[in-house]
Amino acid sequence: MMDFSLSILMASVVSGAAPLVFATLGETFTERVGIINLSLDGTILLSAMVSFAVAYETQNLMCGFLAGGIVGALVATIVAFTSLFWGLSQVAVGFVLTLMCKDLAYFLGNSYTRIQGPQLSHLPLPFLEKIPVIGNILFQHNIMVYLSYACIIATWFYFYRTNWGLKLRSIGENPRAAYTRGFSVRKIQFGYTILGGFLVGIAGALYSLSVKPGWGRPQGAEGIGWIALAIVIFGGWDPLKVAFGAYFFGFLQIMGVVFQSWWPSIPAQVFQVAPFPLMIFILVLIHLSRRKAVNEWLEAHPLLRPLVRFLQVNPPASLGKTYHKE
Amino acid sequence: MGHELKKRLFAVASRWFVTFSIVILLTTLLLLATGTPPLEAYLLLIKGSLGSWNKIARVLQVWIPLTLCSCGLLYTFSMKLWNIGIEGQVMLGAVGATAMLKWLSPYFAPSLCLIAAFVFAMFLGALWALFAGILKTKGGVNEIFAGLGLNFVAQGLILWLIFGPWKRPGIASMSGTEPFDYSLWLPTLQSLRISPIALAITVILFIATVIIHKYTRWGLFFRAVGNNPTAGTLFGLSPQRYTLLAMSLAGIMAGCAGYFQVTGVYHRLIPSISSNYGYLSLLVVMLANYKWKPIPFIAFFFGCLNVGSIQLPLILKIDSSLSGVIQGICVLAFLCAYRWRLRNKG
Repeated sequence: MMDFSLSILMASVVSGAAPLVFATLGETFTERVGIINLSLDGTILLSAMVSFAVAYETQNLMCGFLAGGIVGALVATIVAFTSLFWGLSQVAVGFVLTLMCKDLAYFLGNSYTRIQGPQLSHLPLPFLEKIPVIGNILFQHNIMVYLSYACIIATWFYFYRTNWGLKLRSIGENPRAAYTRGFSVRKIQFGYTILGGFLVGIAGALYSLSVKPGWGRPQGAEGIGWIALAIVIFGGWDPLKVAFGAYFFGFLQIMGVVFQSWWPSIPAQVFQVAPFPLMIFILVLIHLSRRKAVNEWLEAHPLLRPLVRFLQVNPPASLGKTYHKE
Repeated sequence: MGHELKKRLFAVASRWFVTFSIVILLTTLLLLATGTPPLEAYLLLIKGSLGSWNKIARVLQVWIPLTLCSCGLLYTFSMKLWNIGIEGQVMLGAVGATAMLKWLSPYFAPSLCLIAAFVFAMFLGALWALFAGILKTKGGVNEIFAGLGLNFVAQGLILWLIFGPWKRPGIASMSGTEPFDYSLWLPTLQSLRISPIALAITVILFIATVIIHKYTRWGLFFRAVGNNPTAGTLFGLSPQRYTLLAMSLAGIMAGCAGYFQVTGVYHRLIPSISSNYGYLSLLVVMLANYKWKPIPFIAFFFGCLNVGSIQLPLILKIDSSLSGVIQGICVLAFLCAYRWRLRNKG
């Protein structure tokens, strides 16, 4: 591993993080409108299985991705429907769905275990791939990776530059005020939760059709859903920061592989868990950065200020609290 | 009074009837969709779990950790805490038990080692839970993420131990550490693989949990602080202290479950020592509607599903994860049925 080149490393971070980008952006939509979809881990696995099965049966990758997205949307529908219209706890339903979808994926996917199926091929972008360094890192991937870039920019633009985005954010912050302005809060929350679920489903499809091609038990994407949920917090529910978090985690994963080749006696699983304590550490930092004493200390250390400002975030005020009109 | 009781019984019965109808309907549809004869699958689940004393003993083997973890979760749920980290707490209990047995067995009598292991397992379980609790109270990390992160760390720790310091002489493999000497196994009933000691301790801890919840000041405080942290503060009850207390009690229970997994079931440390019982017990408690009464029965039912499903891949060529799907549908259907009744009432 001594001869690994930086651009290859960065390129694998970019392609490895693509599903995480979709999943985290999807969850950002959901949480920004005030709903927590905790079922991500199960959803990703179930949609990975379904999209692989569909792509295998139809020999059509588009159908596979569509199926994965639809599965994600369906699971999100259960979360949204039971919480918005039946008043069930979002956390409870999400958690049950996490476990159930995972088992459902193993159960239904049994006959698709360890078989060769279609997978996304590379599609280097003409001209752009010729750009030195950046071309290698960003423009020699499959189409879904390029779509993930587009998704980041589009989500940011949607949130902060359109009226719909403003509406979305206002509902997440204060559904009551939004309701008095005449917005149909529940319908909008329902819609964005489904959209978020669709993106999470796409993430699952990307795992089984590109990043970890094929299906099996374990598939290799277990635990990713939880990571995605943590990244959304880390990124402060802001699309750009969330995407940065996804790439950062992708980097940690790749570094795990690199480190493992340096210390081969330590099992791979140990490196795979390394990002989790780091995530916790960062979440603690985020919390501490809100303390008054820390802020006073920062006045004396202007160089550190941007870093802490980056970490200082507040969740959407109505997150997880189902709004009932009076 | 009699009329009132009848009404309540009817309500409970109708809720369970609706739940099980939905479960049977959905599971049957699922089985038909995969081309499996549903009746055969159900019979296999029943025969595979209750068909012989040996199988019932195995169900009880699952019942023990499920009941213990569920008891632990009663404390944290009464404080409105989502202790997903219970899975890792079971693992740390198992690590603690293994460590004591490994370190002490050359020097002390087996019974002494077993007792030391019991205490240390509960200690480590509680410690792991306290980490999550402190992260929640002092670090502002939601207990779901703190617990979950610690679960993954615990899994990494177990793998490192199995492949590193505690590896089998010669080879390190996923099959776990070297099995303990027979003298360090909890004694079992003849020919059945179930330890009466484990069973007895579980029952005692269950009763203790019920007593703490119903009759002690602690139980009252848990509910008071859990229901309204600000009111609790007004009465001089610190939410933080009770959060940590509830977490450590849950950790003790989980650590105990881990201890029985090592000394009563596997007799060594294996990578999947917790067997997802922590996560599963979250479902048990949800299905029990966060009350203690139904817990032993639901844990037994879930145990039956887990043990019965082991035969599915061999005979019907379907994945054993069917049990997990049924358990999930149970909880979802119950939540909906419960809500439905509340709505109709209100």
